[in-house]
Amino acid sequence: MSGTFVGMPAFPAAAHEAVRNPTLRGNLRHATHTIRAKREKAVAEVSDWAQLREAGRRIKDHTLRHLDRYLVQLEESVTAAGGTVHWAVDADEANRIVADLVKATGESEVVKVKSMATQEIGLNEALEAEGIRAYETDLAELIVQLCEDRPSHILVPAIHRNRGEIRDIFVREMGEWGRPAPEGLTDTPAELAEAARLHLREKFLRAKVGISGANFMVAETGTLVVVESEGNGRMCLTLPETLISVVGIEKIVPAWRDLEVFLQTLPRSSTAERMNPYTSMWTGTADEDGPQNFHLVLIDNGRTDTLADEVGRQALRCIRCSACLNVCPVYERAGGHAYGSVYPGPIGAILSPQLRGTASEIDASLPYASSLCGACYEVCPVAIDIPEVLVHLRERVVAGGQVTRNGNKVLLKPAKGHAAERAAMRAARWAFAHPGALRGGQRLASRTRRFHPRTLPGPGRAWSGSRDLPPVPSEPFRDWWQRTHGGKDGAK
Amino acid sequence: MSSRERILGRVRRALADVPQDDMPYEQAVPRDYLREHGERSVEETVDLLAENLADYRALVHRCAPDVLPSLIAGLLTARDARSLLVPAGLDERWLAATEVTRVPDLADSSAHELDRVDSVVTACALAIAETGTIVLDGGPDQGRRRITLVPDHHICVVRVPDQVVSSVPQALERLDPARPLTWISGPSATSDIELDRVEGVHGPRTLEVVLVGGQASADVNS
Ligand code: SF4
Repeated sequence: MSGTFVGMPAFPAAAHEAVRNPTLRGNLRHATHTIRAKREKAVAEVSDWAQLREAGRRIKDHTLRHLDRYLVQLEESVTAAGGTVHWAVDADEANRIVADLVKATGESEVVKVKSMATQEIGLNEALEAEGIRAYETDLAELIVQLCEDRPSHILVPAIHRNRGEIRDIFVREMGEWGRPAPEGLTDTPAELAEAARLHLREKFLRAKVGISGANFMVAETGTLVVVESEGNGRMCLTLPETLISVVGIEKIVPAWRDLEVFLQTLPRSSTAERMNPYTSMWTGTADEDGPQNFHLVLIDNGRTDTLADEVGRQALRCIRCSACLNVCPVYERAGGHAYGSVYPGPIGAILSPQLRGTASEIDASLPYASSLCGACYEVCPVAIDIPEVLVHLRERVVAGGQVTRNGNKVLLKPAKGHAAERAAMRAARWAFAHPGALRGGQRLASRTRRFHPRTLPGPGRAWSGSRDLPPVPSEPFRDWWQRTHGGKDGAK
Repeated sequence: MSSRERILGRVRRALADVPQDDMPYEQAVPRDYLREHGERSVEETVDLLAENLADYRALVHRCAPDVLPSLIAGLLTARDARSLLVPAGLDERWLAATEVTRVPDLADSSAHELDRVDSVVTACALAIAETGTIVLDGGPDQGRRRITLVPDHHICVVRVPDQVVSSVPQALERLDPARPLTWISGPSATSDIELDRVEGVHGPRTLEVVLVGGQASADVNS
């Protein structure tokens, strides 16, 4: 995975910067709290949420357990519907395939609908190097692209910018990329959105090539699904002559009817709406409607390595709703940039180190970017046990062990520079040998931390009764951070 | 080895722990979630659709079939629409009362041409009450996907109650995945700027849904 931001410091250092930026913190806090409250209301509207969540979890788990079969089936159905399927082992191969496809059209610019997969592989930069300019068309992505910033949230990537900043960016940069911002642009959201509409419309209407990701791919029918709000997705998916969709191999669901689960849980978890304004579904190409050339690029880029980890593979169930970000106390303070990858927040903390391995400092530090409070697990619409995977990855960072990298089994050495964690982990070895007890204990411990429990209620009591609580797994992120890095510059 | 073979090989090795007789799909997924939420009469379902559409800032009108042509004509006049995109299979009678210049939905019209059209009128494949969603499937009375995207004003006619379903599961059952589908819940919107909702970034900024059914009734929320 080439998605590591260059020169990115490890999470604690990066987070430290963010915490000292009051504008960023204010924006983040406002945003996460607003979405969180709305989400709760939207979820409460459906009485069968627990059943939908369980069905979603099982559909995704089943798909992952038979991924080879469903990939082959998907390829057949997309091909039968008039599409062409390409396979890319890593980011470089995916970028090369896309660049070649664009060049074959003779075009030198493309319009893009927000896609984390293309961010992950660094597609825009790769296209730029080939002389192809990629225009992001999602409003927030546009903001981020115009100021050469990085997205900080899955759903609202410019959440760290306020309206005044956005206005300034539009006035300063739009003219460099195409239609300039209107004269006398103010910072009201309506005017800013209008400026974006005019700026982008000019690009949509002339674009011959569109690039997208997909939220779901249906193996049975070959249907791709994109869920969005602004209409830029529909623009990119239907106006160009050629459409190239770049999608991770884990985005499959087996059958058409499976969408009935995710089209109920995704919008509610994501934007807290009953349904997002636009959902597009297409199956190959349609006669005289929409792009007449359709290419699907299936990317691995670390996903099969993640799949090889029996504990960690559940991260591939993620439908990128971003609910876990909005409830995470660490994300709320640190912001998305601190995670150093396109996948921020709790899901980023478990996905990035698996996709990329834990060799770099940032990736090795990500499993610690959590207080293990369990809130992320509770909101996750596909019930990914993020705390469980975090603990599992911490163990891997600290103790090493066998992992799969690029399809090969390799023995990971214990990480250097994590001596403190290593020592701490040793103390908790008993707990790791009893994951059930640990899991129960941790959540309870972190939730009741204020009361400093000596013993745990419920199932945890049996073992905690004769022991002190293992200090490490339930150590709050803040304490760990303070302990390991906070002393460096003495800042509070 | 091709990348395809390499990826499939990696997947298979990664899944070495999954037994051959792993639970088949039909048993692996419990379907004990609801087919629809709550019990409603047909009338109540249509009311819920109207309510949820309006909640997402679509402008909702209800009328009897004989009033539809004058209603559509009125909506176009109110917007000063001078040109109107019309799908090839649209019911001619719906436009009987309007003089607005018609632009046919043609494969070779350019995006720029569509951009100059003021409004579009279409039917739909179905509408979902619980979520306030209309679904277009590119049928002859709905036209190509882009005609409901580029013009700024979309009037969509829903026949009630026969085109209305309660829920997402019921909608998927009735739709054909081989057709290109567009699900629309209110007009285009963004919350990217400090989470303030703004309507109409790229799609039509105004979505008017006409629920046309058996008996005449007064306008709702128009
Ligand atoms: S991990 Fe779960 S909650 Fe977080 S983005 Fe993925 S699906 Fe949503």
